[in-house]
Amino acid sequence: MSAALLSVAGVTAGYQPDLPIIRDISMSVAAGELVTIIGPNGAGKSTLIKAIAGQLRITSGRVTLDGADITNIATYRMAEAGIAYVPQTENIFSTLTVDENLRVGAQPLPKPEARERIAEAYRTFPDLDPFRRQKAGVLSGGQRQMLAVARALLTQPRLIMLDEPSAGLAPKMVDEVFSRLAGLVKTGVAILMVEQNAKAAMQISDRTYVLAEGANRLDGPSARLLDDPEVAEIYLGRAGRKV
Amino acid sequence: MLQALADGLLTGSIYALGAIGLTLTMGILRFANFAHAEMMTWGAYMALGVLTLFSLPTAPLGPLTFGWPLILATVIAAGLTVVLALIVDRFVFGKLRGKVGHLTLVFASFGVALLIRNLINLIFGGRAQYYTSELQIAVPVAPGLRIMPDQVVVFATAIALVIAVHLFLQNTRLGLAMRAVSESPPLAQVNGISLARVVRWTWIVGGALAAVAGVLYGVSVQLRPELGFHLLLPLFAAAIAGGVGNVIGAVLGGFLIGLIESVSVLVIPAGYKLAIPFLVLLAVLYFRPTGIFAGTTGGK
Repeated sequence: MSAALLSVAGVTAGYQPDLPIIRDISMSVAAGELVTIIGPNGAGKSTLIKAIAGQLRITSGRVTLDGADITNIATYRMAEAGIAYVPQTENIFSTLTVDENLRVGAQPLPKPEARERIAEAYRTFPDLDPFRRQKAGVLSGGQRQMLAVARALLTQPRLIMLDEPSAGLAPKMVDEVFSRLAGLVKTGVAILMVEQNAKAAMQISDRTYVLAEGANRLDGPSARLLDDPEVAEIYLGRAGRKV
Repeated sequence: MLQALADGLLTGSIYALGAIGLTLTMGILRFANFAHAEMMTWGAYMALGVLTLFSLPTAPLGPLTFGWPLILATVIAAGLTVVLALIVDRFVFGKLRGKVGHLTLVFASFGVALLIRNLINLIFGGRAQYYTSELQIAVPVAPGLRIMPDQVVVFATAIALVIAVHLFLQNTRLGLAMRAVSESPPLAQVNGISLARVVRWTWIVGGALAAVAGVLYGVSVQLRPELGFHLLLPLFAAAIAGGVGNVIGAVLGGFLIGLIESVSVLVIPAGYKLAIPFLVLLAVLYFRPTGIFAGTTGGK
């Protein structure tokens, strides 16, 4: 694998310092790569992403982006560092209009550039255009996810982290969101996503990490892991309990 | 009746101004700041202090009882109130934020309120004071309606500030950031907003508004160390009726409480007037716990 864009080395983190949820997790994402993290409920997938995003304290280990140490970065400085993060739930401001949501997301940019990027966001996601002046709360599940992704793209990040982008979406919308993400990777952005919808996510991603009980279990090219019986076993819980 | 409505609008405009500061801090800092009322008292007395300390001439402007000195003193008082708010946040609320439940912050604000009120009592004494000894005669403007020139200025100032705050929240980056934090602090941070910066600006805006509201109340009634304390209930009633964090709601809530209070005096003994905001509050919490106007405006 080429030099990693994001590198996570031996990270231990949790909501309380003495109660780690994830232990000694290591992984990496190369530039322009789409990487999926899967695993049964409680595996620590979301915890890992929140820890990288600075929402949870990392008690040991290191996170680097392009060689620069971003361990325990303040969440609000992520955009500067070149990462965008789309949380799983409540990833848009429902009391603000669609336009205001994008303006909030563009705050780290100088004003003229912000205007330009917002205009670009409407061109990339034309479905959002009619809702500019409406409260984002009126959007459908799929449109909300589009807005969240459009917001994340404003700062032109090198890496986007998404926590279950397909959660709560109708199957047709899942396909739409996933094909959008696959398209994004072609533009050179790297994507790291956590997914419950393991099969569909693996089908569009380059590599997959399987977590269980807060630790690394398996990883490799998604195409290979798709037919790996061990993945199914981890999901059924047997492999998790064997240790 | 006409007089009651006019009085209600005047009181309501001061309530509205106090309530937007309160609703902003409640929405963004996520706790009910009982010391907000004392910041109003502090602002009112700081203006008095500036007037006394520099023994500024109290040359009235036209038909008003006050002049430029009070306007200047108000600006300085607003600055001093912001300083107080920032100091309190630095040493009290900031130390607790994120570490304790919001009820602990509420109790801390009670403590801060007591401290400020008694400090004012200590410096200025407990007797009622006035910005000026000028007398003002109410001018009849319509049959059964008399208005004092001061009241017109108080009303106009309150309305102008309410509009200014609304425009600030709607049109500036900082205002937008404040509204974003008001809805979700974690998501605001994900969007690249520094919480510390927004908190600081919330105290600046909230403190300045409290000071001006305090001075306006002092101009239209009188200054007492309990000035803010007596406004506490109407302000909370206004903010809650309007939906916490909703600025337009707080303004409408303020006018609602002011009007109901003054009209009620026509039917019930004046001594019960103070209970009116409490009844409105109870009614709102019973029928519409999220506030009458919650989610209906963009002023959040």
